[in-house]
Amino acid sequence: MSTKTIDYSKNKAFLIDTTKCTGCRGCQVACKQWNQLKAEQTTFFSGEGYQNPPAMSEYTFTRIKFRDYQKDGQNEFAFYKEMCMHCNDPACASVCPVGAFKKTKEGPVIYDAQRCIGCRFCMIACPFGIPKYEWSKAFPLVRKCTGCYSRIKEGLEPACVTACPTAISYGSRDAMLKEAERRMKEKPERYYKKIYGKEEAGGTCIFYLTHQPLDELGFKPVTSRALPSYTWDALRLVPGIFLTVGGTLSALSWFNHRKERVRREEEQRQQNADQQPTEGDQQ
Amino acid sequence: MTAARLIIDEVKGYHRFLKFMIVLVALGALASLLRFVFGLGVTTNLNDTYPWGLWISFDVVTAVPLAAGAFTLGAIVHCFHIKKLEPLVRPAIVTGFLGYSLVCVGLLLDLGQPHKGWHTLVYWNVHSPMFEVSMCVMAYTTVLFLEFLSPVCEKFGYRLPLRVLRWLEMPLVIAAAAISTLHQSSLGTFFLIAVDKLHALWYNPLLPLLFWMSAIFTGISIIIIEATMVHRYLNQPDESELLEVLTRILPWVLGAYLLVKLYATIFLSHGPLFDRPWLLMLFLVELGVGVVMPLLMFLNKANREDKRMQLRGATMVVFGLVLNRFNVSMFGMIQPDQQVYIPSLIESVVTVGIIAAHVLFFVLIAKYFPIFEHHPETVDYALPDSFRKLDGAHKAPATQAEQA
Repeated sequence: MSTKTIDYSKNKAFLIDTTKCTGCRGCQVACKQWNQLKAEQTTFFSGEGYQNPPAMSEYTFTRIKFRDYQKDGQNEFAFYKEMCMHCNDPACASVCPVGAFKKTKEGPVIYDAQRCIGCRFCMIACPFGIPKYEWSKAFPLVRKCTGCYSRIKEGLEPACVTACPTAISYGSRDAMLKEAERRMKEKPERYYKKIYGKEEAGGTCIFYLTHQPLDELGFKPVTSRALPSYTWDALRLVPGIFLTVGGTLSALSWFNHRKERVRREEEQRQQNADQQPTEGDQQ
Repeated sequence: MTAARLIIDEVKGYHRFLKFMIVLVALGALASLLRFVFGLGVTTNLNDTYPWGLWISFDVVTAVPLAAGAFTLGAIVHCFHIKKLEPLVRPAIVTGFLGYSLVCVGLLLDLGQPHKGWHTLVYWNVHSPMFEVSMCVMAYTTVLFLEFLSPVCEKFGYRLPLRVLRWLEMPLVIAAAAISTLHQSSLGTFFLIAVDKLHALWYNPLLPLLFWMSAIFTGISIIIIEATMVHRYLNQPDESELLEVLTRILPWVLGAYLLVKLYATIFLSHGPLFDRPWLLMLFLVELGVGVVMPLLMFLNKANREDKRMQLRGATMVVFGLVLNRFNVSMFGMIQPDQQVYIPSLIESVVTVGIIAAHVLFFVLIAKYFPIFEHHPETVDYALPDSFRKLDGAHKAPATQAEQA
């Protein structure tokens, strides 16, 4: 969005090692408890496989996705935790007409319900499909994971991190990146050779390590360029275009009006010249 | 007899068609009331997969270019100085004013928190195309309202405001064109953020430019359709001779658009173009019917002058534009494995009501205000006349005196 580079290395980041996830969904429960989110009535197998609820919603800010796959003739599960990625340069914050989203200096992207007008542009913009809407209400607002901003401001860790027994590490962004790279180097056979979130959408505060290729697990391929830069490329021209169009049209109309005035004066002079000789005769 | 009695008698005298429009508008208003009582989720088929539906795709993204006639014609007549088109200006302004007012209505219905709509004026976010568009739409609706005040003041004989308005005419025309350029193109910028969502047939960095150019040819086409309809159904003179000027401009804009569009699609798009047969078909229909066919049609002089061909060509252009805006804002955004969104009954009734309101209010304004008379400017103007709008007014009595 802006030309100056901001240092994100001290931002709080999640390292989610999906090879260590047991699928216990303690994070899901902790998230619901901390954020006081209503339970959803669901039935088994309404989504893909065992995952439940079938989709993220206004009541579900995070959930564990289940993928079945075959390994050596055995059925295996792969899990990964879906949540807000807390992008370095978030698309939701850039498109919001009233600036209801904010990238905090601690890292989380937070949302100000007081400002929100409910236009849902954030939902169109988010490459990960994270902001959800309160469809059940007459005057709905947007809901999403806040990275437990209220907790980390008090020096606590996010609710899901404290609940997770195995898979989530939490710390500064560069420490988490280093840790991820160390694990990949130590056990190259265990990890797929890419850290999802390192470059996605210009870099995020959530890193995923996986065993399977990312697309098999259902990770969306996302551009590595920060999304706000795509719209800013056009928007930064706005003042220039306004002045150019306004100026050109003003000049054009001034010129055309002048041309007409000159023509009219010419006619007038012609008329006067025609009348002159008769007046001269009288003298 | 009370005022209510008078109004009822007046309405009773309307044509059947107008009464039908009133019914549609009433139904639309009722449906939009339901939205506020029961909520967006219940009354619409929107969901987290489709946060934007018919109301954004049609009532905002499509309706804005459909109302582009006012600024286009204003610039053609006043800046490029093609004065003979002046009789078309006022109806175009009424169309534009109604169009933008109804865009505001549609937008407020779609917002989750319409009572907080004014927040855009207070909490600025210049990085948001939506912020830019909402500021422009508010500014331009005000400009159109001021331009529309002229016939209102004439009707009631308010002379002082008329003088101010005449004096403001040129600044307003230029402001209209500049503001419209910004928000028509920024509607395209909306979708530049949907990098991996909008299909490559439509996603390219020139989308804002394409949106602006298509707004111009659509504005021109809407004027042709409107003038033809007004001639057919409102007993106004046949303006096909004037419309011929517009059909002469159209191929240039269409041709330039086609070149930019092809260039952007072939050289600037990322990702496969031919992987989704349905989208490819929509793309070809949009471009073939909406651009190539009218372009070829209006290259021919006989077609440009023929009343029926003028209407047909213009209708094709408008059809192509509507399809284009739906392709960008809806069809092109559907991912291969997604379920398809179909607007709910209530959503459709509201949109139909908005279209009906446009027709209804246009006819009513035409009925009660002088928007077709090519008004001789006989009012005495004491205010500075920097743009020489009043020459005729000063001269007319003088010449009469000379003749006498």
